Amino acid sequence: MAAKIHTDKVSAWYGPKRAIEDITLDFEEHAVSAIIGPSGCGKSTLIRCLNRMHETIPKTRVEGKVLLSGEDIYGLPAVTVRRRIGMVFQKANPFPTMSIYENVAAGLRLNGERNRDRLDTAVLESLKQAALWDEVKDSLEKSGASLSGGQQQRLCIARALAVRPEVLLMDEPCAALDPIATAKIEDLIFDLKKDYTVVIVTHNMQQAARVAETTAFMYLGHLIEVGPTRELFERPKETLTESYITGRFG
Amino acid sequence: MTFRFDRDTRRRWKDLAMNVAAFLCVVLALIPLGSLLFEASVRGLRSITPSFFTLTTANGGIGNAIQGTLILIALTAVIALPVGILTGIYLAEYGKNPVGAAIRFFVDVMTQIPSIVVGIFAFSLILELGATGIVSQRLVFSTTTGVIALSTIMIPFVARTSEEALRLVPIATRESALALGIPRYRAILRVVLPSSSSAVITGALLGIARVGGETAPLLMTCLGSPFWWQGLDQPCESLPHTIYVFALGPDSALNQAAWGASLILVLMMLGIAIVSRVVIRLRSVSR
Repeated sequence: MAAKIHTDKVSAWYGPKRAIEDITLDFEEHAVSAIIGPSGCGKSTLIRCLNRMHETIPKTRVEGKVLLSGEDIYGLPAVTVRRRIGMVFQKANPFPTMSIYENVAAGLRLNGERNRDRLDTAVLESLKQAALWDEVKDSLEKSGASLSGGQQQRLCIARALAVRPEVLLMDEPCAALDPIATAKIEDLIFDLKKDYTVVIVTHNMQQAARVAETTAFMYLGHLIEVGPTRELFERPKETLTESYITGRFG
Repeated sequence: MTFRFDRDTRRRWKDLAMNVAAFLCVVLALIPLGSLLFEASVRGLRSITPSFFTLTTANGGIGNAIQGTLILIALTAVIALPVGILTGIYLAEYGKNPVGAAIRFFVDVMTQIPSIVVGIFAFSLILELGATGIVSQRLVFSTTTGVIALSTIMIPFVARTSEEALRLVPIATRESALALGIPRYRAILRVVLPSSSSAVITGALLGIARVGGETAPLLMTCLGSPFWWQGLDQPCESLPHTIYVFALGPDSALNQAAWGASLILVLMMLGIAIVSRVVIRLRSVSR
């Protein structure tokens, strides 16, 4: 399979502090890649570098290259990159003043789409893809904040999908959810890889094992090991990886 | 045998004592408001007749003062709300740098300036401009100068309240808007600002209430007038000014009318406060 995203010696700084160092990594197309590691290891920083969201934090700096289908994303406008590489965050955060429909349509509408039919179609398809349509089809005009936590997170996924990105980045999407809601999101991630390239950051090693083809382990800003998920968990090459997945630290 | 409270009993008594103390403080704080409303109602209601609203101050009414105050408030709002809210947006969204810190500092200083000094500022500004011929000298005592003074008071107030309101919007809301590839200005105008609109509206209405009750800066700018509104370049009457003149007036009928005017002014400001509450209530119900 081809690499959808390739990072070449990516380093990132917050002010003088270097958060990640020389990360070279491939994320395969139509596959789920997981990034695991203890808190503060730089996993979130790394995926923020993939759609230039780190730039929203003042005093950050990045070196190295990120290629999306061979194209350097730092040579494209940030808004274009973010439309092609969507993102879902740890805490579900529907736009508080918008209805369910408006939330899903927001990405298209605020990028200038006015055609009602096209918006309707995009909302329908995105909610279906996010496995939320059946639960909300009769209450599209209700506030997004009226949904349960798990539904809100799927609403955020639908919102990200509505702009038709090529890649979906997920930053601990289940961290705030109960096991049932988590299972639903995991099923959904499994379905999404048919159409999208998914990169998921997670604290939860079982989750990585369940959803990802490839897993990368990061520690203190360095990429320690990357490989097929099963191999990484069953026969880790590095002792650091082994200590982490067996729970000796973390 | 010594009598001792056990720990739970002591805690319950302390809780009760604090509750009573807090309640008494509320009563204490409400006494001036209640007394003011009561006093203004009892004394003011007697002078309130239909002609009180239709006559000018020259004839014992306050019609022109209400008209003048409404015009002053409207014009001030038209200038101060956009400038203030945009300043607030700048400070909250783009102000994390030395320029922003400097602007924030000056805005803070401006909110502390006594309003009479603002009046002198507007007065001398127009006086200077009039002396150099840039504007007509007639403007020195006019609605325009009054609006300049009131805007100078209201802009920093609205800027600060809008900034605080926008800061309450979680970073996550901004981030998820930006992550959809929405340009930053549009994310601010269409996502962040609507999320904080109740608080921004409250700040705007409080700002209007604040300038609506100002007297000092109007003394040397609008001057006051016994006539109905004459135009932007003419002196203009306002309710606070009417109260000031009537209250100091020589006969008791005027003093009586001052109470009536006070009641109307208090009711207008109370009305604005109530409208702002209702707006917020309506918005939160629709969620």
